[in-house]
Amino acid sequence: MATFKVNGVEKNLDIEPEMPLLWALRDELGMTGTKFGCGIASCGACTVHVNGSAVRSCVTPVSAIQGQEITTIEGLAMVAAGANPSAPDLSAVQQAWIDHQVPQCGYCQSGMIMAVSSLLATNPNPSDADIDSSITNVCRCGSYPRVRKAIHSLASA
Amino acid sequence: MKISRRRFLLSTAVVGGGVLIGYSALKPSKHRRANAELVTGEERYVTSFIKIEPNNKITIYVPHSEMGQGVHTSLPMMAADELDAAWEDISVEQAPAIDMFANGELVKGFAGEVGIPGILTGLVNFSAASIAELMNLQITGGSSSVRFTGESSMRTAGAAARQMLVECAANRWGVATDECSTALTHVQHNASGRSLSYGELAADAALLEPPGNVTLKDPSQFTIMGKAISRVDIPAKVDGSAEYGIDAQSEGMLYAAIRLAPVFGTKLVSVDAGDVLSRRGVKRIIELEDSVAVVADSYWRAKEALKLVKSEFDSSDADTTSSADLFDGFQRSLNEDDNSEVLEIGDAGAAMEAAADIIEGNYTVPYLAHAAMEPMNCTVHIHDDIAEVWTSTQDALGIKARVAKIAGLSEDDAVFHHSYLGGGFGRRLPFNWNVIDHATLIAKQFDVPVKTVLSREDDMQQDYYRPAVASNFKAAFDANGMVQAWHNRFTGPIQTPGASHIPYAIPNQSIAVVDGDTHVPIAAWRSVDHSQQTFFTESFVDEIAHRAGKNPYQFRMEMLADHPRHRKVLEVAAEAAGYGQNLPEGHALGIAVQESFGSIVAEVAEVSLDENNRPVVHKVTCAIDCGWAVNPDTVEAQVESGIIYGLTAALYGEITIENGRVAQNNFPDYEMVRMNDAPEIDVHIVESGEALGGLGEPSTPPLAAAVANGLYILTGQRVRSLPLKNHDFSRSTPIAQV
Repeated sequence: MATFKVNGVEKNLDIEPEMPLLWALRDELGMTGTKFGCGIASCGACTVHVNGSAVRSCVTPVSAIQGQEITTIEGLAMVAAGANPSAPDLSAVQQAWIDHQVPQCGYCQSGMIMAVSSLLATNPNPSDADIDSSITNVCRCGSYPRVRKAIHSLASA
Repeated sequence: MKISRRRFLLSTAVVGGGVLIGYSALKPSKHRRANAELVTGEERYVTSFIKIEPNNKITIYVPHSEMGQGVHTSLPMMAADELDAAWEDISVEQAPAIDMFANGELVKGFAGEVGIPGILTGLVNFSAASIAELMNLQITGGSSSVRFTGESSMRTAGAAARQMLVECAANRWGVATDECSTALTHVQHNASGRSLSYGELAADAALLEPPGNVTLKDPSQFTIMGKAISRVDIPAKVDGSAEYGIDAQSEGMLYAAIRLAPVFGTKLVSVDAGDVLSRRGVKRIIELEDSVAVVADSYWRAKEALKLVKSEFDSSDADTTSSADLFDGFQRSLNEDDNSEVLEIGDAGAAMEAAADIIEGNYTVPYLAHAAMEPMNCTVHIHDDIAEVWTSTQDALGIKARVAKIAGLSEDDAVFHHSYLGGGFGRRLPFNWNVIDHATLIAKQFDVPVKTVLSREDDMQQDYYRPAVASNFKAAFDANGMVQAWHNRFTGPIQTPGASHIPYAIPNQSIAVVDGDTHVPIAAWRSVDHSQQTFFTESFVDEIAHRAGKNPYQFRMEMLADHPRHRKVLEVAAEAAGYGQNLPEGHALGIAVQESFGSIVAEVAEVSLDENNRPVVHKVTCAIDCGWAVNPDTVEAQVESGIIYGLTAALYGEITIENGRVAQNNFPDYEMVRMNDAPEIDVHIVESGEALGGLGEPSTPPLAAAVANGLYILTGQRVRSLPLKNHDFSRSTPIAQV
């Protein structure tokens, strides 16, 4: 039995321990906000948080996250708001993504937002070099210039 | 605003600062049918794409797919502005994939532009399709949505609806229509101050026949167009709620993983599935003509099981073919001179014979995959004599018809479910059917929905690729160093007529195409053959400029005397980029310009080499003349996107063939530009007021040439093949500045 929390809710799944978290989320739990892009941890579309840190879920077997706290794009705002019930529906990163009109096709952006949220949690004012080395997600629509602007707007906020 | 030629042909008179359009061109109006078949309550369709509710809420239906190009925002902006509605009252829906929402204007637009809709060709036999079939399109491609559907359908639909609402109000008040005005979703009677909302008028208006002519606004009257409006699709794309084709789900759904014939065109011979059927969740092993699939109750279980299935495919003549063989074949074709004329101006042969100096340059580019972020997928549910399909596509009606055909049903018995596209770039255009056909054939064997998903590896190895092309050039100079002749032979096919043409005033030109067919399937790839041809022509023009001892920017300006729009974008980009001014040590600027899909784009790339002598692109300055901008922020976003897409191709993009099959597997060996490679991009919109140009594609073509031209100045090495990762710049010598 795979047991872990997703966005604060405990999940118990009768699945193979080697099933990647990505497919447990998408096919077993029906949570499709986390995307399949490459299956080999190269593109970052599947990025989620495990105990607050960005992890590529397509190569993370559920056995490796037993008992841990998973946050997905669907729960990001809620987790960011903590226990505050009057918190906004979107996290600051998500709002910046709207303000800067970052997404185009949007398919990579769940992963991009999760990766950036994790970066900013540990490095609230990242340099361009920090961004280049930590945000390695692929966006075929080329939203990179807007991703950079949005990150800097959050840092200076 | 000037009146475009296309629009002028439709215009019958100019009234009140606007343009009178023959709305009857859109007849028969389908709004009556929509009201009869689609309406369940008080809401009414007033013209085909516009539905108005009694509470004054308006829904605008968009007949194009949203793949990030912002069309679900820009098209409603065009309709809402002409309707004189308040933007806050508008909601947007994807038009259902039924023919009453087909965008015939797309066909008319292309017919006026290039004769046949060549840029929509998946494969070159597209011209065999009858015009009657083409009229039933809901295709999104060719950078066409705003400039054809928007200009000719959405704006006229908005304006027609406005006129119908005014007529109803005037009748109700017993006044003349010209005593009424419209603003913010209301009609006013100016003298009495009376006002009625559109919602109060819609039921009556829906009974009217749309007017034969409508008056479009002059740009000075725009209230919504021209403003940077936030895209309506973005909120769902930041919280995970946006649904793509791959997100289709339902109770009891099954999943298929599929292995397609690795050598294109070969057939499945045998399968040894061992005890795979006994694995958890595995339902069935399915053998198709060219593939084997495993169906299971989760995609991961299907994919893992498929790894254990042994399969054999038959042999083919292509089994030993490599990319080197294909390029050798291209050169043989080019040398045989068995070509089809593309363009002949003057007498290039005579000019070559009389030349004082001749330069030659032979160029190549490889096959490229689309690599959309959402791997190709399709969900099909065949039940009760109907076929339901969920897939991300640039061609909803085409998919519906295709699935129905494969399922053995009539088109009316297929139901298409729309979703966002996780990237299109041409991969999701008609004729790139592989995943659709296979998904339907697999689903036929079940009575529950089956979702077929290509792995990234299969997505990359089973694409329909941007064609590899070889292009050989010669240019002749006279004794005064003036270029007199341009000679170009390249491998086909021609996907977009005119892509190989140059705007420069070279008096003698001979351009011809030779057969470039191979066993590798090809299709449209963002900007189609403009991406290859512009790398070739704008690089070779640069060679000519340097040979003539001219500054590449000045040379272009001199040779473009008859092309003021080209000159303008070059001037704007060069000035904004600081062309001719001092640059940081070790940096250089390259420039290129190309017209495609009705827009003219100049780009200046600032380049250097890193400590490992690899090219770095620091900044791209771009000027685009797209006529005018419906949503300026979307224009900039599309231009940025096209530049990054072009940069990935220029730096890294290469699909190679080994033993008949694609050698690349996934992103590590088909590398992508990421944050660390992404340049600063500075976009300048040049509003010429000419007809609207496309936006999804035109910024891609000039990029590779601009970068390569900069690298020439920096290194003295002329790049005549892509990608740049294959070039060694370690022994470089900057050229003397010209």
